[in-house]
Amino acid sequence: MARIELKDVKKRYGSVEVLRDVNLDIEDGEFIVLVGPSGCGKSTLLRMIAGLEPITGGDFLIDGKRMNDVRPRDRDIAMVFQSYALYPHMDVARNMGFSMEIRKDPAAERASRVKKAAETLGLTALTERLPKALSGGQRQRVAMGRAIIRDPRAFLFDEPLSNLDAALRVEMRLEIARLHQKLGATMIYVTHDQVEALTLADRIVVLNGGDIQQVGSPLELYERPANKFVAQFIGSPTMNIVPVTGGDGEVKTADGSVIKLPHLPDCGAAVELGIRPEHIDVVDPSEGDLIGVADVVEHLGSDTNIFTVVEGLGPLMVRKHGNIPAKSGDRLGLRIQPENAHIFGPDGRALRRVLEKVG
Amino acid sequence: MEGKAVISRKQNNVMPGETRARRSLYWQYMVEPFLYLSPAIVLIGLVMMIPLVIGISYSFQSIELLNPFNTGWVGFENYIDLWADRKFWIALENTFWWTFWSIAFQFSLGLGLALLLNTDFFGKKLFQALVFLPWAVPTFLSALTWAWLFNPVIGPLPHWLTALGILSEPYNIMGDPDLAMWGPIVANIWFGVPFFAITLLAALQSIPGELYEAAEIDGASAWQSFTKITLPFLAPMIAITVMLRTIWIANFADLIFVMTGGGPANSTQILSSYVFTTAFRKLDFGYASAIAVALLAILLVYAVFVLWLRKKLVKI
Amino acid sequence: MTHSPKPVLAVGKYAALLAYLSFALFPLYWLLKIAVTPDQLIYTEGTNLWPSEFTFDNFRSVVFQTDFLSYFGNSLYVSLGTAAVTTLVAAGAGYAFSRFNFAGKRLLIAVMLITQMFPLLMIIAPIYKIIAGLGMLNSLTSLIVVYTAFNVPFATFLMQSFFDGIPKDLEEAAMMDGCSRFQALYKVIFPLTLPGLGATLGFVFTAAWSELLFALMLISKNEAMTFPVGLLTFVSKFSVDWGQMMAAGVLALVPSCLFFIFIQRYLVQGLTSGAVKG
Ligand SMILES: Nc1ncnc2c1ncn2[C@@H]1O[C@H](COP(=O)(O)OP(=O)(O)O)[C@@H](O)[C@H]1O
Ligand SMILES: [Mg+2]
Repeated sequence: MARIELKDVKKRYGSVEVLRDVNLDIEDGEFIVLVGPSGCGKSTLLRMIAGLEPITGGDFLIDGKRMNDVRPRDRDIAMVFQSYALYPHMDVARNMGFSMEIRKDPAAERASRVKKAAETLGLTALTERLPKALSGGQRQRVAMGRAIIRDPRAFLFDEPLSNLDAALRVEMRLEIARLHQKLGATMIYVTHDQVEALTLADRIVVLNGGDIQQVGSPLELYERPANKFVAQFIGSPTMNIVPVTGGDGEVKTADGSVIKLPHLPDCGAAVELGIRPEHIDVVDPSEGDLIGVADVVEHLGSDTNIFTVVEGLGPLMVRKHGNIPAKSGDRLGLRIQPENAHIFGPDGRALRRVLEKVG
Repeated sequence: MEGKAVISRKQNNVMPGETRARRSLYWQYMVEPFLYLSPAIVLIGLVMMIPLVIGISYSFQSIELLNPFNTGWVGFENYIDLWADRKFWIALENTFWWTFWSIAFQFSLGLGLALLLNTDFFGKKLFQALVFLPWAVPTFLSALTWAWLFNPVIGPLPHWLTALGILSEPYNIMGDPDLAMWGPIVANIWFGVPFFAITLLAALQSIPGELYEAAEIDGASAWQSFTKITLPFLAPMIAITVMLRTIWIANFADLIFVMTGGGPANSTQILSSYVFTTAFRKLDFGYASAIAVALLAILLVYAVFVLWLRKKLVKI
Repeated sequence: MTHSPKPVLAVGKYAALLAYLSFALFPLYWLLKIAVTPDQLIYTEGTNLWPSEFTFDNFRSVVFQTDFLSYFGNSLYVSLGTAAVTTLVAAGAGYAFSRFNFAGKRLLIAVMLITQMFPLLMIIAPIYKIIAGLGMLNSLTSLIVVYTAFNVPFATFLMQSFFDGIPKDLEEAAMMDGCSRFQALYKVIFPLTLPGLGATLGFVFTAAWSELLFALMLISKNEAMTFPVGLLTFVSKFSVDWGQMMAAGVLALVPSCLFFIFIQRYLVQGLTSGAVKG
């Protein structure tokens, strides 16, 4: 268990800057999820924490001690790889006990720890098998077993579930959550799957193009995204973005409609309005802020997705709970929930945040 | 978070890395590869690169072991001699024909074999092992065996060729200056076909099968599949393999040295065998090095030309 | 290849297979035939496909009455030594190429590729002078050193391709588990690359076993001669005893064929790994 601090941590490959001035404090026992699109530097950051990749600049501290130049084996951190990286020539028990074998721990202790971990993960019957004789889910468990057996100061996961099928992924996700509760260890988890991020994290770190976009709890990121990138990255279906011209407590859309936003008094700098599909109400055409024509309607049972087209503005997706009796071609009144609207300035930053700070 | 348990654990866990922290991981990352590489670098440097430089310097000296008092720098004298050396020009021409015919046959036969091996048939594994066997035969043995086969008294080939009406009588092909080169060339083809077959087979197997299926659905004939899919896919591989192999064959003197020794009347002397006989028989290292440098220069020009051509063709 | 071809094509295909097979095997068959033909029949039955009498006299006399065993032993020593040292050196270099990015990597690879292309005979004179200067002529060790250097570039590319096939994650996992890089190499990577090491050994052995020109230049004493050199002196020294020579040839074929059977599986991988070698 450990506190991990990153101070202005940088990474460069030759002249290519992959990570810029990353600042992050991870509390003891916290579950941190790094999300971001592919290639944004998540793995690189994780590997720098592991010690597998040298840090170009800045300081990396564990429990207040600078660890930049400490070799991976001396950091006392465990990592679960996306490919699992099980040693193909060792059976399950030896795979799990390998770190203790290297540290020359007594064989008896090793055996008992392996046994315990195998029980925890439901691998008892498989300890003598080679990795090639295991299913994907079983391999995943062995990889986790290898990590927990060491009782490390922190766990790192690099997209550990991305090679599993959907059902197994849900199951293993729960297992990881349970593991975190049980061990209370610091965990850093990389994924590009926002469902994993939202369900597992104490705090989520959103990365894009080598910069941290926002750090916050899942709810914070959902309700108060700091910028357009986070707004669109978090939440499914994706947030609608509509170009607007700002005004005083209101914005004007391209088709001439005016949307009142009493919660956001000073919208002068706004260029775009963001609204999640679930935050648009379907009302009578005479009452709505906008009028959309339903293009495709998906009835999912629990929800209804309506893909509408607003004349002069473009497509707008609406999602409503329950079954809405709409069909393709219907003219629908669309009301934007003002308290859930987001507005963005020319640089993509959410204006609400600025307002909140001022207020 | 400031709980007692945590703190005590922290203290127990004196980080073993602390002592090593001085040495930067970066430094380690820069130096470590050279630890693994250094034996290779030292060997290649000492046994190949330095002798290469010395060899070039020899070409400007007179170094005849049989004539030890005639030693020293002579400037371009060796090259001037070379220019006037009829044997050099003959060898140059022979190098061209030797390389050209060897490559042409090795490649076309190798491509045929690769295409055959890319199909299914009974006993394929065994067949493959057997047809690739010549590649494993030591060169001097191939040379001796083929010399035997071409022998007019005890070898079968001249008799068969006579029976087929190609030769008027079973005479010594390798004693005829017009034909002698074909002896080593045939041996070289025999030895080199497996190499091309293996290389091309690997390339063939890397072509995704779906491409052929798609082409078949689109109504392509077998011949169209071959010209529209197989050849374009193989082309880059073919270009690079042929280029490298050409250089290798031009340098390959063993077969000729054993089978004909360059004779009769220098009709089978190629530049590399000329280098070897000059160094080995005459112990004239200066002149041998000059020939070698000339060969190197020619190969270099050839390589640059091929690369330029490739670049040009790829752009279009 | 989903459809069965037309009968004409099938016949043509099998005819072609047969042609390739006879072309490949006929010289080897002839080598064997001469080796088992009694001396007095070699000239009279020279062109017969099948000898009328068999004998193992040639093998017996080549083993017991010539220096064959000494040549064979020398060649075995040189080839095994070269193969072992080369594989060790190339494994290190191939590992570095496969796993590290470092300053000068491209340059080194380029140099190694170039050594595969320039005429090796170009350095035969300097090498002779250097080795003569060291008083190492007629020494099998000097042959091993020279052969090792010649074979390291190719073997390095080969080993690199094998290491490339082993996920980098594995040794990183091992390092996270507490190994130093060397421990990771020894405990995790080495056991996985045994087939690759074997294949490299085989390739290099075969190459060293058949090298002729440098051995000819550097070795002149009978007791230090390797097989190819010794066999060539069979031709020049005595009135040529063809039967014995062919018998010796058949015996010389045995080790390379054994290794060939072993490395066969890796041929395709080896020759496509960017390396070029006869
Ligand atoms: N060894 C390397 N050399 C150069 N660039 C690299 C290297 N490793 C990763 N990168 C680059 O760094 C960026 C971040 O990679 P990575 O951390 O793997 O992204 P991801 O968020 O998908 O895990 C990518 O653009 C990648 O191209
Ligand atoms: Mg990644």
